[in-house]
Amino acid sequence: MSVDTETVRRIAHLARIAVKEEALEPMTGELNTILGWVEQLGEVNTDGVEPMTSVVDAKLRWRQDEVTDGNYPERVTGSAPDGDDGFFTVPKVVE
Amino acid sequence: MTEFTKLTMAEARDGLKAKDFTSVELTEAHVSAMEAARVLNCFVTETAERALMQAQKSDEKLQSGTGGPMEGLPLAIKDLFCTDGVQTTASSHILEGFVPRYESTVSSNLWRDGAVMLGKTNLDEFAMGSSNETSYFGNVINPYRRPGDETPLVPGGSSGGSSAAVAARLALGATGTDTGGSIRQPAAFTGIVGIKPTYGRCSRWGIVAFASSLDQAGPMTRTVQDAAIMLGSMAGYDPKDSTSVDRPVPDYEKALTGDVKGLKIGVPKEYRVDGMPSEIEALWQRGIDWLKDAGAEIVDISLPHTKYALPAYYIVAPAEASSNLARYDGVKYGLRHDGKDIVEMYEQTRAAGFGAEVQRRVMIGTYVLSAGYYDAYYLKAQKVRSLIAGDFKSVFEKVDAILTPTTPSAAFGAGEKSDDPLSMYLNDVFTVTGNLAGLPGISVPAGVDGQGLPLGLQVVGKPFDEEMVLRVADVIEKAAGPQAAPQEWWKA
Amino acid sequence: MVEGVSKMGETTNSNLLQGVTGDWEVVVGMEIHAQVQSKAKLFSGASTEFGAEPNANVSLVDAAMPGMLPVINAYCVEQAVRTGLGLKAKINLRSIFDRKNYFYPDLPQGYQISQFKDPIVGEGEVIVDMPDGISFTVGIERLHLEQDAGKSIHDLHPSKSYVDLNRSGIALMEIVSKPDIRSSEQAAAYLRKVRAIVRYLGTCDGNMEQGSMRADVNVSVRRPGDPLGTRCEMKNINSMRFVQQAIDYEAMRQIEIIEAGGTIDQETRLFDSRNGETRTMRSKEEAHDYRYFPDPDLLPLEFDQAWVDEIAAGLPELPDDKKARFISDLGLSPYDASVLVSEKARAEFFEEVAAGRDAKLAANWVTGEFFGALNKSGLGIDETPISAGQLGALVDLISDDTISGKIAKQVFEIMFETSEDPAKIVEDKGLKQVTDTGAIEAAIDEIIAANPDKVAEYKEKPKMFGWFVGQVMKATQGKANPKAVNDILKAKLDG
Ligand SMILES: [Mg+2]
Ligand SMILES: [Zn+2]
Repeated sequence: MSVDTETVRRIAHLARIAVKEEALEPMTGELNTILGWVEQLGEVNTDGVEPMTSVVDAKLRWRQDEVTDGNYPERVTGSAPDGDDGFFTVPKVVE
Repeated sequence: MTEFTKLTMAEARDGLKAKDFTSVELTEAHVSAMEAARVLNCFVTETAERALMQAQKSDEKLQSGTGGPMEGLPLAIKDLFCTDGVQTTASSHILEGFVPRYESTVSSNLWRDGAVMLGKTNLDEFAMGSSNETSYFGNVINPYRRPGDETPLVPGGSSGGSSAAVAARLALGATGTDTGGSIRQPAAFTGIVGIKPTYGRCSRWGIVAFASSLDQAGPMTRTVQDAAIMLGSMAGYDPKDSTSVDRPVPDYEKALTGDVKGLKIGVPKEYRVDGMPSEIEALWQRGIDWLKDAGAEIVDISLPHTKYALPAYYIVAPAEASSNLARYDGVKYGLRHDGKDIVEMYEQTRAAGFGAEVQRRVMIGTYVLSAGYYDAYYLKAQKVRSLIAGDFKSVFEKVDAILTPTTPSAAFGAGEKSDDPLSMYLNDVFTVTGNLAGLPGISVPAGVDGQGLPLGLQVVGKPFDEEMVLRVADVIEKAAGPQAAPQEWWKA
Repeated sequence: MVEGVSKMGETTNSNLLQGVTGDWEVVVGMEIHAQVQSKAKLFSGASTEFGAEPNANVSLVDAAMPGMLPVINAYCVEQAVRTGLGLKAKINLRSIFDRKNYFYPDLPQGYQISQFKDPIVGEGEVIVDMPDGISFTVGIERLHLEQDAGKSIHDLHPSKSYVDLNRSGIALMEIVSKPDIRSSEQAAAYLRKVRAIVRYLGTCDGNMEQGSMRADVNVSVRRPGDPLGTRCEMKNINSMRFVQQAIDYEAMRQIEIIEAGGTIDQETRLFDSRNGETRTMRSKEEAHDYRYFPDPDLLPLEFDQAWVDEIAAGLPELPDDKKARFISDLGLSPYDASVLVSEKARAEFFEEVAAGRDAKLAANWVTGEFFGALNKSGLGIDETPISAGQLGALVDLISDDTISGKIAKQVFEIMFETSEDPAKIVEDKGLKQVTDTGAIEAAIDEIIAANPDKVAEYKEKPKMFGWFVGQVMKATQGKANPKAVNDILKAKLDG
């Protein structure tokens, strides 16, 4: 499978990265080089093999239902590039 | 007078305990060294003032005999660890100026034990790289040079600022993180020791995430003993990290018995890759001989899926990264570039905030997870990963540890590989398997190449058998003998 | 025991919609988001309390600060299992948390932790009673745990949206139905039933106004018997009424398009409650590509059957079982039983009234006068001016002949107005039933003496008996014991 510039444009949008028109072509080439190389995995017979879902051989631990955190709005919004009145603010989202 | 920066961590610790000198003296010497070596670009942020304050406090504790196991020892912290009140950037423009209001568990553990922070070290942006050439804050320069040649060499990556700082004697040790070799490969390139512990041994809480199922923190030091000391402080169970494992931290220094008699050391035939330089072959053979001489039994083993580790890694790691890096969106912290609407704001912010390699990997990761491709790429890679982990599992029924070279070459010149991602990725061919399988691995300096540049040998162990890995590495280190320190050309 | 259960997907003709060219069937599937009633969030220790200052109930984890990691709340897992059991569904002993990736300002991580391929709860079913006495079954596809998003506010500033993350990370149970619903009324009834179940279980407060329960509604139309049509989804509808309006509007919109020769585009539509219409939000082409994959920060969620059994053993009686018991043990009519169990608070109120008393009489009073009065005054059962104990006391006064049923209605009206105890009202107003036969006899004698013409008429027309009863009751202000009046009157007139 190889990608064309249209696909790269779509992926860039999915990833929310602006790509300049003139950069699409070279980026397509780079991605195809890498994708072509990883496709050697196709040689490996993985029939009946379970995918790795966790690296550690342990059970997921559960915490108790207690309020142990929060209540520091200034730490939450303090680093925001833009905000007002305790809220984060962003360019208006129209639905 | 003691040359403070020439001390190992163990020597410094013992000297402080014996009150031969103070932490302030020790710290001042390292601060001066750090300031004199700015041309190496090891640090994104220097915290000299804080270091001296911490050192003063340590001296009080040392005086009263209440010092911790790392009391008063000046360290460098990779700028991927969030540090309360100190800028944390991941060497990315998108996080420039970000000052966390929290401290990573691993660095907290170090401060709990009395360590002193000199500053935050440079790295490949978001830990994506093997040469420290993708940092927004510029390349790090390897303190080693080819003889008679001023070409700047790369310090390896992504923990290149840490490796260079330790090699140049700017810090007694440094923290690193290893996702595909990012502790071990730079350690090998700069003639120091670096250990990636078992996945789950050190908490990931408060470390900027690259690929969550692969990331693991570890120490970078000049000796195996120092690595043992520092790992003992960094490691431990953390209820805030669901993948942290609840088991006691052994006294790693005690594991350095110098005795490998009767141990079975596996040598995997698949690591003899095409075009491997003869000096790497020779290095590996030397390692084999040293261990044999020390009474270990060498066992030929096979890890049949080794060849597929790197391509599997370059699906899994970018996929996880594409999701982990989605939070850098210009809303909550870090950089924002405005746009006419929310989508354009996201796209401009992320285009401006991420460098080329990060963008490339986010693109790959987004693609392999996207509708219609998940099974062919991500699922396939995770299955191959199971096979690779299975290879190790069956081999470890027969051997106690595995010996391989750390890297397929010594440090290369800046810019030599940066245009060719694939040849850059090949740097991690021997180390990435340990990340995929979650196993502990160490790189220990074991000699030099034809040009006098450092080379490392890697010891890989069973899950949570860091003690074995350290024990074998310690024997190799002793057998290899003292390694030449870099010429301090940057002081001239 | 449920009567009138129709098979899944089967429809009665009354559900069909009339188009210009013939009949249409509407097919509805629902995704209900029910907020788990936990103190802390699903993966962080921040509070879930409603109504806090902006960004106060937010931890560094919820704000997606670099390096923050999720740790799961045990209570939320337990509540999901309880709810699954309440939906008679398969509980999966191993499930996986996945990341659902998309960019939105109220989604700080850039992904929602949810469950995609392996949810905690699998297939189940819900039996829904309709007001006409017919029941139908809705298949449950799955229930999974996921994080809620924050809140974007769009009307505080001309060019900016404001983001509050207080809700970000709160545990939600997403309950996905099969497309087994055939009308907007059925949809509302299904939603009401699910709400009743979670309230019985105590796993969700079901409060739609505060957003603790929301529904995504999938609507398509087809000719009866045809395969499924193309569906449109309307997200985040937060009232029963809006669910019905949205389905009604959307079904007619789709029918009109098809009848005019058009086709339906699969899309996400927005329901506008101001005008009751739906409009395009996102077409299939612009649909998200969520790039689901297992969250590497978490391990698989595992527990054993013994733990599930323990939870099952501790479940409260659920509406269906309660209804069956009301019918078989208490002798209630199926209709009364289903009205009483439809809400946990109603059933609890009734059971308190009925405890140790004539259950049928209690049921009549609860479903008749009491629900009627609540309805008329627009009060919820939690706002009732009289307690179950007080209503029970009223039933006691009827049972022991202290007052008649008719007087009881007067007493009830006063109770509802003043919240006073019935005994006190009866005492104060002197409403006690007259059982003194001497007094009744005297009244009867007086009436007979005053109305010789009526007595003569009675000999011809025994139906006149009722007139005499009325006169006696009038003379005793309704307080005479009706049975005594009947007996004495009969003896005097016939004798
Ligand atoms: Mg949904
Ligand atoms: Zn959902």
